[in-house]
Amino acid sequence: MNPRPSPAQFAGADDGIAKGDVLLKVDNVSLSFGGVKAITDISFDIRKGEIRAIIGPNGAGKTSMLNVINGFYTPQVGTITFRGEERRAMKPHHAVRQGIARTFQNVALFQGMTTLENIMAGRSVLMKRNIFWQMLWHGPALKEEIEHREKVEEIIDFLEIEHIRRTPVGKLPYGLQKRVELGRALAMEPSLLLLDEPMAGMNLEEKEDMSRFIIDVNQQRGTTIALIEHDMGVVMDLSDRVVVLDYGKKIADGEPDVVKNDQAVIDAYLGVAH
Amino acid sequence: MSASIWRRNGLAHTATALDTFPKYLLRNAEQFGSRPAMRHKDYGIWQTWTWRQQLDEIRAFALGLLELGFERGDKVAVVGANRPRLYWTFTAVQSLGGIPVPVYADAVAEEMAYVLDHAGVRFAVAQDQEQVDKLLSFADQIPALTDIIYDEKRGLRDYRSEALHDFEEVQAKGRALIERDPSAAKNWEDGVRSASGDDVSVMLYTSGTTGRSKGVMIRAASAVQAAFDTVKFDNLTERDSVLAYLPLAWVGDHYLNYAQGYVAGFCMNCPESQQTVPQDLREIGPTFYFAPPRVFEGLLTSVTIRMEDAGRFKKWIFRTFTEVARKYGEAILEKRPVPLAGRLAYALGEILLYGPLKNVLGLSKIRVAYTAGEAIGADLFSFFRSLGINLKQLYGQTEAFLYVTCQKDGEVRSDTVGLPAPNVDIRISEGGEVQFRSPGMFVGYYKEPEKTAEAMTPDGYVKTGDAGFFDTDGQLKIIDRAKDVGKLCDGSLFAPKYIENTLKFFPNIKEAVAFGDGRDFAAVFINIDLTAVGNWAERNNIAYASYQELAGHPRVYEMIARNVDETNRRLSQEPAMAGAQIRRFLILHKELDADDGELTRTQKVRRSFIAERYGELIEALYDGSSEKFVSTEVTFEDGRKGRISATVKIAEANIYGSAHASPVREAAE
Repeated sequence: MNPRPSPAQFAGADDGIAKGDVLLKVDNVSLSFGGVKAITDISFDIRKGEIRAIIGPNGAGKTSMLNVINGFYTPQVGTITFRGEERRAMKPHHAVRQGIARTFQNVALFQGMTTLENIMAGRSVLMKRNIFWQMLWHGPALKEEIEHREKVEEIIDFLEIEHIRRTPVGKLPYGLQKRVELGRALAMEPSLLLLDEPMAGMNLEEKEDMSRFIIDVNQQRGTTIALIEHDMGVVMDLSDRVVVLDYGKKIADGEPDVVKNDQAVIDAYLGVAH
Repeated sequence: MSASIWRRNGLAHTATALDTFPKYLLRNAEQFGSRPAMRHKDYGIWQTWTWRQQLDEIRAFALGLLELGFERGDKVAVVGANRPRLYWTFTAVQSLGGIPVPVYADAVAEEMAYVLDHAGVRFAVAQDQEQVDKLLSFADQIPALTDIIYDEKRGLRDYRSEALHDFEEVQAKGRALIERDPSAAKNWEDGVRSASGDDVSVMLYTSGTTGRSKGVMIRAASAVQAAFDTVKFDNLTERDSVLAYLPLAWVGDHYLNYAQGYVAGFCMNCPESQQTVPQDLREIGPTFYFAPPRVFEGLLTSVTIRMEDAGRFKKWIFRTFTEVARKYGEAILEKRPVPLAGRLAYALGEILLYGPLKNVLGLSKIRVAYTAGEAIGADLFSFFRSLGINLKQLYGQTEAFLYVTCQKDGEVRSDTVGLPAPNVDIRISEGGEVQFRSPGMFVGYYKEPEKTAEAMTPDGYVKTGDAGFFDTDGQLKIIDRAKDVGKLCDGSLFAPKYIENTLKFFPNIKEAVAFGDGRDFAAVFINIDLTAVGNWAERNNIAYASYQELAGHPRVYEMIARNVDETNRRLSQEPAMAGAQIRRFLILHKELDADDGELTRTQKVRRSFIAERYGELIEALYDGSSEKFVSTEVTFEDGRKGRISATVKIAEANIYGSAHASPVREAAE
């Protein structure tokens, strides 16, 4: 009579890949817009269960890289292998169906809708009934809606946003909007979660909160995370491995401690003449 | 010692058969078995437990504790927010002859460690990871503490420790025991039935604003008797319901919700989280409600602000019908004669304004509401009463197991705290201090007999430490902490808090500090309320860049002078207070701030510290100067320090004669 789901229920989609194996692989990817080379010959991988950071100075190609991973951009050269499946061109909604969800550098929520509705929107991709049934909102569609609502309530509980459940997102402070956005991404039950600067514009307390949620998502829900972040303290604390880009090229890749002491990285950040 | 006092006092025993809360649990499971006992909003849905289910949960946990090696007399710390399982812990521990010790969940580790160590707790039941981490940080310094039990699993999966248990697992142990040995349940029940009302029911640690917290021991039969009396006083039944949102360790929550809930058999509703309390209140619509005055103030402010933004028609409705309510509302509530036209207007108002408003606030079903802890402004108090909410005041303390006085329906005033509660005996000492004997009176402070002796008079009264007097109609009036009350040079009584509170009822005044003990007259420092005064400035086209500039503005001084004048007029109507009217005042150039040590973390004025820090300004109040240059060190939010300097103006105020109400202009000395 008091159904408390155990955390095990949360575990991300089971995709038959063991923890620590390669989940996503980027091979020799290059992307250019006309004459501008955004990404040049980049290769790296993301292992299941890790927090992978992509860092680099402004304009280094980080967001482009994320856009390539979730299919928003199609690279001219190179391949992307996700869960052992190689692909070159695909649309973002395919990426979602495959289990890749993301948040954006600038909050991209439905401002007039409530927290609950925004997170429910994240579930729409998983809804099986067609629009006819959903409009009828009866029988199987209603049952399905209730099931999804339960999942959403788990996320609301997980992110501790019960108090803003019915508040239109546009009225919320920025830090909370970021959290709602994370909630919407989680609602898709991704096996790979892409976070584009989850802490941009946050104060110290909000950053600490967000860091804790990212760790919890990773550890309790077993979600693999790739994130872009400028706050070096956060990156070094959170991530298992870091890839560093500069001018569209990969200049370092490895564990935070190694990357931190890499001369090329230090030069890129301190601005040595190229 | 206490038991002998009890008998000597010969206080009435009306609940002898049921003299512990676990006994009430058995009764309620029998009598109101299928009625709700507990609700908790979880995953967005209200989960309900009936009294029978609650008995089952508590029994399972109690037997689980036995399996963990619990022994009679063991003390169990309860740490966390209002959660069903934490409330069940109270009863489970009491049912085994143990003593629950609720601890303020927001206490820092050292404070919590002190309480746990002092109480000698063996078990701790904590709400979540945050509290478990806190407990683990000092667990090795508390030799008595052997086991920690947690309610919410989240984040605790990777904690590997023999000493850590999941609440559900402990209950499973208890259920397994019943499975193995069906007589265990019966033995437990027999134990409950044969328990003595002389056992200590709970140990409540004082919040410790004045020195170390002390463990107030409450005897089971006393606790039950006190709750029995007030349940009867307010006609509470099993059909009532409350929202349990007050701190678990505070006597108010333990009394109003837990003790009264068991005795009356009503349902306790635990909110989803601290931030969702307003929504949860609205969904539950409790019939019995307690809130400190600042909560009511917050409600009124939010209503007022929303009305400012409303359309013209809505504003008109709001204005018109609050006026109707102001005229007739309280009279109707108190069943006094009201002209028919007034009744009709009020009935219309109920449909158009009061009903919807109460619904939005979650106060639609309130039968009895109380406020206490601070003085409440007359306008604020009347506003809620005029809507038809039966808001009353009580006065109490931990040592009394809450109630010392409370107001009877129909005899409610904002400036008094009511008549003595049922079976409570109150007297005013020669020094003006309020002293009482009551059914719920404490047994003593745990392990501190000398402090217990200090708090009692030789003839068995408890000293409250508050100064007060009985008004003409027999209602008690509290004026200040006894130690803060002083005298002016001419011998008239000077009660700083009374003056400050009267000033603070004006929305423009956020904080006030009164001086006068051993001086010729009373004088005050004032902090304006930046939101209220800022709003006013905006509407009146007064430009200002900072708090300091606004505080020194001549028109702000004029406005505050009117408030001080009104305060003096009110003081003049109080025979005891008329001598200490405000002659001179100034508006401080900075806001009093806890970061600068001027306020406590609970936003109370630290009088002596302020007197020291602003010594020059106090002298200026008394030496007749009209302004004074000061420079004060301040701490910014990021910890950096800086200085603010300003020339502070000092203003004179009108004094009223106590007999006649016309101002007597006093010459500046």
